[in-house]
Amino acid sequence: MRRAALAGFFGLFVLFLYGPTVAIVILSFQGPDGGLTFPMNGSSTHWFGQLFATQRVGDFGGAFRRSILLAGMVMVATVLVALPAGLAFRRPFRGSTALLTLTVSSLIVPSILVSLGVGLLFSAVGLDPSPWTSGFGAQLTWTLPFGVLILFAVFNRFDVRWEEAARDGGANPWQVFRHVVLPIILPGVIGIGLLGFTLSYDEFARTLLTAGGDNTLPLEIFGMTTNITTPVLYALGTATTGLSFFVIASALAMIALARRLKA
Amino acid sequence: MTGRAWLAAPLAVVLGVFLLAPLVALLVVSVFDYDSVQIIPAFVLDNYREVLGSPVVWRTYLNTAKYALLTWAVTLAVGFPVAYFLAFHVHTKLMQTVLLLVCTVPFLTSNIIRMISWIPVLGRNGLVNGGLVGLGVAGAPFDVLLYSDVSIVLAFVHLYALFMIVPVFNAMARMDRRLIEAAVDAGAGPWQVVRTVVVPLCAPGIAIGSVFVVTLVMGDFVTVQVMGGGQRASVGLMIYNQIALLHYPAACANAVVLLGIVLLMVAGILRTVDIRGEL
Repeated sequence: MRRAALAGFFGLFVLFLYGPTVAIVILSFQGPDGGLTFPMNGSSTHWFGQLFATQRVGDFGGAFRRSILLAGMVMVATVLVALPAGLAFRRPFRGSTALLTLTVSSLIVPSILVSLGVGLLFSAVGLDPSPWTSGFGAQLTWTLPFGVLILFAVFNRFDVRWEEAARDGGANPWQVFRHVVLPIILPGVIGIGLLGFTLSYDEFARTLLTAGGDNTLPLEIFGMTTNITTPVLYALGTATTGLSFFVIASALAMIALARRLKA
Repeated sequence: MTGRAWLAAPLAVVLGVFLLAPLVALLVVSVFDYDSVQIIPAFVLDNYREVLGSPVVWRTYLNTAKYALLTWAVTLAVGFPVAYFLAFHVHTKLMQTVLLLVCTVPFLTSNIIRMISWIPVLGRNGLVNGGLVGLGVAGAPFDVLLYSDVSIVLAFVHLYALFMIVPVFNAMARMDRRLIEAAVDAGAGPWQVVRTVVVPLCAPGIAIGSVFVVTLVMGDFVTVQVMGGGQRASVGLMIYNQIALLHYPAACANAVVLLGIVLLMVAGILRTVDIRGEL
């Protein structure tokens, strides 16, 4: 009985999580005369067509391309910076406590402060803010700590005997990493890449004051919330949520594959 | 195994350039002077005097703290049973992973879209109002559901519940099950087990979740802007408006005060537990 009640509660929570999204997915197929709420006034793909009519909703295509490219950059950088750091943190080194504190603080400092500070710093040294420099760096302050913390969890469960065996067998440090450590932690590394990509793709506050004149997709969407009152907003939501789901599903498939290869 | 420290150098450089240096920049600009056209390098404390001396600012800080407190209470009330169900009533590791993933996926999609998705649910002609009027529970649709404190806190819970669920779940998953069996053998009822064994043992997880939720809400401005319909105030929004007016020194002083308050809140939460071993 208690179990049934808890399961029911969990079910309600999942409904709470997904219900609104399902609502806008349905409403994004409103007929051309449909509004922002139910009932459906016919059904069509009219509003998806409107997405590509650039003059109506701003530079959606450009913002989309920028967001994807930036998310790719953040994904790669998050893995390439967090992974070595995670390896370094396996043993204490001089300053490791301070660096870990700084890393965790990066999650606690409100996003708008990072955004404002990076913007000020760039103008102080005379650099123009752009998604590829200031925006990129500001987003890394959010994705890197997650990457490092995930690696902490991964290495906590890591059986060092594999490594020792490889070393005893005469492997050099790079070989140990490449052929023993990396295959074992690969699912976690893919997870970090996924997190880097999706957190960047959806990031708003940290990009707001650091993207310069070039809007990323979330900035474009934020602009739309104040002046667009048609289901085109939902169509955009459906499209971008669909893309996120696709990226998540791809990453999960890769993780499953990595697990299979390891076994 | 020495000489590995250089592997952490890129992390140190990125955080140094994009976290530490920007915070120093905030601190420096917060004592600058400004007028309607420019920022004047100086050392004045007027910006802080304005932040700390204004009743409007104080009310905004209190209002933001209210959102943080309400969101914290609801995420805990919702997150604890969800984590408890996953940890103690889902018995296979695979099923646990799948259900946890179901909770995580929305967190990886756009926050702003997730806020917007409440419009057809909570709006005047939305699903909730339609249901209430249709069932005869309400005579007329409620206007307070959307663009109000209710929708702001609801959206916060929607966005950030996962930050509470994951650390609490982790703490529960790591718990020694024999302690629970011992409590049951000693005659404890289900509630007693939760209160005297489970809650104390997952206090560090609750603390970490609380730090996430409280800091995210304290620094937020998008959720309050979108879900409050532009009618509600938060510190983040106040800072954002000061930036829009190009009052950078004022925004920075406000930012420094906000950071100080957030750090105090975090220290306060972490004082209650020992989180070593939770990483």
